[in-house]
Amino acid sequence: MADLLLPSQLTALFAGLPREVEVDAPTVDGAIDELDRRWPGLRDRLCEPGPALRRHIHVYVDRERAALETPLAERSRVHVVAAISGG
Amino acid sequence: MARTLLLVGTRKGLFTLESDEARRDWTVKGPFCESWPVNHAIHDAKSGTIYAAAASEWLGSAVWRSSDVGETWEHSSEGITYGDDSPRKISKVSSLAVADGRVLVGVEAPGIFASDDGGETWSLLTTLAGQPGSEEWDDPANQPPGHLGISALMTDPDDAAHIWTIVQGIGAFESTNGGTEWTPRNRGLRADWPREHEEVGFCVHRLVQSPVDANRLYQQNHVGMHRSDDHGKSWTEITEGLPSEFGFAAAAHPHDRDTFYVIPLDPGHGRTMPDGEAAVWRTQDGGSGWQKLDSGLPQNDAYLGVLRAAMTMDDYDSPGIYFGTSTGQLFGSTDAGDSWSEISGYLPPILSVEVAVLE
Repeated sequence: MADLLLPSQLTALFAGLPREVEVDAPTVDGAIDELDRRWPGLRDRLCEPGPALRRHIHVYVDRERAALETPLAERSRVHVVAAISGG
Repeated sequence: MARTLLLVGTRKGLFTLESDEARRDWTVKGPFCESWPVNHAIHDAKSGTIYAAAASEWLGSAVWRSSDVGETWEHSSEGITYGDDSPRKISKVSSLAVADGRVLVGVEAPGIFASDDGGETWSLLTTLAGQPGSEEWDDPANQPPGHLGISALMTDPDDAAHIWTIVQGIGAFESTNGGTEWTPRNRGLRADWPREHEEVGFCVHRLVQSPVDANRLYQQNHVGMHRSDDHGKSWTEITEGLPSEFGFAAAAHPHDRDTFYVIPLDPGHGRTMPDGEAAVWRTQDGGSGWQKLDSGLPQNDAYLGVLRAAMTMDDYDSPGIYFGTSTGQLFGSTDAGDSWSEISGYLPPILSVEVAVLE
């Protein structure tokens, strides 16, 4: 089970979505799919066609910058971060 | 007692302002839609649903909806995509319209998506493919500043198959079969730049139809104000008498086919009201003459900008007219523009203003 930490901008959009959630998936892509099954529509918020992560959504797996295909280990810690920008 | 509801889309979410028939005191609520930039919001009189087209830099585009006048909200972008394999991408949802239960949302790159289930799911209606100029707007390098794509949609409350749209920087198009086929409606418009096609290449900012005469259309163009008396088949310029040929917003009087409103702006980079004097201009004779309406509007150092979707009218006997500025002021008149007052002074930059009268 990987441990995902989600940004507050995301959790505000889906009823019952916690900031920290455990997911059993082989890759970042699979983890987002699993979240989308539990909170329909969530994938669209993190990914754009390609598919690819949205430009201002950064994912880190065990502190390393990741992409959708990045594999997850049994106890991976995954940070999903909304990039610091705007004003 | 009727309720008057203003829907104000801003760069930091949707705000609702509610009043009674007097439209003197307003209650502001918001920001809604998690403070995403709301490019346009509408109220569907038939279902009572508010729809808001919003585009977050971080989380993408979605259409938000509320069936209880803003108390609770849901959002969906399911189906609003050109697909993984298409070179066309969606940078934002920009405009909304509804007709007989079908909701339409315009996007950039230019395309229109439709929902027949109240905004839960969407499917591609058209990209206006095959129209002259479509090869240009399919090229991402050619997208005009603002990236609105489909910058406006206009539907006919009596005929759901009848749709008007504006492709930003290209022109106006009409469909009479629900969006399957389109006809350019730009004949007689002016363009001060080279064009490759006779029928397109015009910069239509805002298109409005007289509620009492479907043949009477008005438009604020990048270069001039124009009127059509034949349902858009031909256009006549009516700029003379205005302080500027440039502007974005326009509104048509709900009861008089000859009365029409625009907000002329400095055509340079500033695009604010000329000489820092806030004013709406009105014609009451179809554009032969123009009257400056500034009673109650700031006249000193008021360098206000008003974007294309940010002026609207209600349909009371003494109609209200409202406009919001790109610096967050919202002004209103309850006497068809003769006098004005500030409704709200410190909203975020305003992108759109729509009004609904709830019985």
